[in-house]
Amino acid sequence: MTTRTAARPVKHRNPMDRQGLGDKVISVITYIVYAFFAFVCAYPFYYIIINSISANNLSERGKVLFWPMEMHFKNYTRLASIPGLLDAAKISVLRTVIGMALTVLIAAFLGYMFTRETMWKRKLWFRFVAVTMYFNAGIIPWVLCMRNLGLNNNFWGYILPMVIQPFYIILCKTYCESVPRELQEAAEIDGAGTLKVFFRIMLPVIKPILATIAIFAAVNQWNAFQDNLLLMPNRRDLDTLQYKLWQYITQANSLKALVSNTTNSNAIMAGMATAATATAIRMSVTVVVVLPVMMIYPFFQRYFTKGIMIGAVKG
Amino acid sequence: MSKKTRSYVEFLYILPFLILAAFMFYYPLYGWVYAFHDYMPPKPISSETFVGLKWFQFIVSNPVRLADVGRVLVNTFAMSGISLAFSWFPMIFAVFLNEIRCKPYRKFVQTVTTLPNFISWVLVFSVAFNVLSSTGAVNTVLTSLGVIDKPIAFLSSKEHVWFRMWLWLTWKNAGWAAIMYLAAISAIDEQMIEAAKVDGATRMQIIWRITIPCLLPTYFVIVMLNLANFLSNGMEQYYVFMNNFNKKSIEVLDLYVYNIATSGRGNYPLSTAISMLKSIVSVALLFVTNTVSRLVRGEGFV
Repeated sequence: MTTRTAARPVKHRNPMDRQGLGDKVISVITYIVYAFFAFVCAYPFYYIIINSISANNLSERGKVLFWPMEMHFKNYTRLASIPGLLDAAKISVLRTVIGMALTVLIAAFLGYMFTRETMWKRKLWFRFVAVTMYFNAGIIPWVLCMRNLGLNNNFWGYILPMVIQPFYIILCKTYCESVPRELQEAAEIDGAGTLKVFFRIMLPVIKPILATIAIFAAVNQWNAFQDNLLLMPNRRDLDTLQYKLWQYITQANSLKALVSNTTNSNAIMAGMATAATATAIRMSVTVVVVLPVMMIYPFFQRYFTKGIMIGAVKG
Repeated sequence: MSKKTRSYVEFLYILPFLILAAFMFYYPLYGWVYAFHDYMPPKPISSETFVGLKWFQFIVSNPVRLADVGRVLVNTFAMSGISLAFSWFPMIFAVFLNEIRCKPYRKFVQTVTTLPNFISWVLVFSVAFNVLSSTGAVNTVLTSLGVIDKPIAFLSSKEHVWFRMWLWLTWKNAGWAAIMYLAAISAIDEQMIEAAKVDGATRMQIIWRITIPCLLPTYFVIVMLNLANFLSNGMEQYYVFMNNFNKKSIEVLDLYVYNIATSGRGNYPLSTAISMLKSIVSVALLFVTNTVSRLVRGEGFV
């Protein structure tokens, strides 16, 4: 007589969670590979930051790899005394603020106006602006024409060429179209004109998309480098931080002059930990230029997908 | 206010911006006239400086210049070609990123890999310079591990310039480009994947049979856009990475036209002539790719 073994309790498993060996191997590889990607993207920034606050004689010789050594903040307090750097920071901030404000306002206004079906030749004007996304004359003809307009060696050369962004205008137009028509109509029945409807009704309603645009416009302005290079050949007082940083990296002489100005060479010879070095200046300026972007980055991350997805909707 | 008046008034509101757009986007096309003149700033162009097609002929008739243009075209095609050949990378990056089950880790990777997209090329170069210089992190580590005897001059070497430029481009853009695919992945019908799981599909099978096919339409648009921009690499990246050692293989069209106009005495007409040809070819490419897209997908991207 055979005794049947009692039915073993079957451990209930959700078929959804089943992972074969192959799947597990893939999981592990994926985790490792993405750790590598994250490291490659993050470490350079970390490296520069820890070096900029470490003893300069150590960072000069590449000794600082994992954490700050002999921490000090002299490199940052010294930046204020570097000639021209503070002015460059002012220009960068100014162009970012003015450029962003104008870009957003124009995008909102034109985006709204292009939804006004009552406007004379509305579609034609919309196309007139939108089509500019798809062609450009080339940088040299552009520079020559900007010169003719008097925008070279002129602060407005940073602003005016960048304030009309067809892409942002289309974003606003699409967003305005999604706002219930009744909202505008109600205001119009109450006697509000086109402009009043825009400022009182539409502008508050389309704020979410304007926030997205504001951030992208600000980052663009802050990062801009070419217009400085191409349009401002004779106005060193209009240099931006980006341009200054680039000069510090590529023109070793300009840095050498700075180093000997801001410190005496004996200090370096003595291996003083806080004496100015070319490396230290380069790294601390880099941190200063990258920091604003990093600071706002967590806040605008949630706009990413929105920005991209709405962009996929054609105007 | 009558309806008619109102429609004109509304037009008047946007007129200043239309004029600004005309000056900023359409007026530069007028700059093409410089290609037909012997233009030497600051002397303005006039009927006396008009030389017709001289500069266009100069491109083909001068053997040195022709060889130069050929070299620059090879660089342009190589860089754009490499980008095109690896254009699947952000898609695969997104697909496997989506496979990571641990949400904080996934978020962390996404955050960190997207950051480089928001810094300027100058900053990218600064990062490269600081990390790759003779006393930078990479050389220090390699030397102390005994892999190399003396520091490698990464940035001033003329080897593999095309590929290294692609690497930097990918470092900067891949995380950002992946976001679009991640959005597309989240739009995939959950039931389809559940059904496949019930049928016993492995993760690789789901990726291969469901996820990737669902992403192909997006990928197709990206490829078409890549083709449309084949000649336009932009100059900034190559400008900041350029030095005397790598200049020969880093000069793409956009950088070349800048270099002609600014180096030496500066040849604005020649530069403009080349810019003009490039712009015309680019617009033609856009039309072609848009038409292809319309035939394949039923809609264009313009």
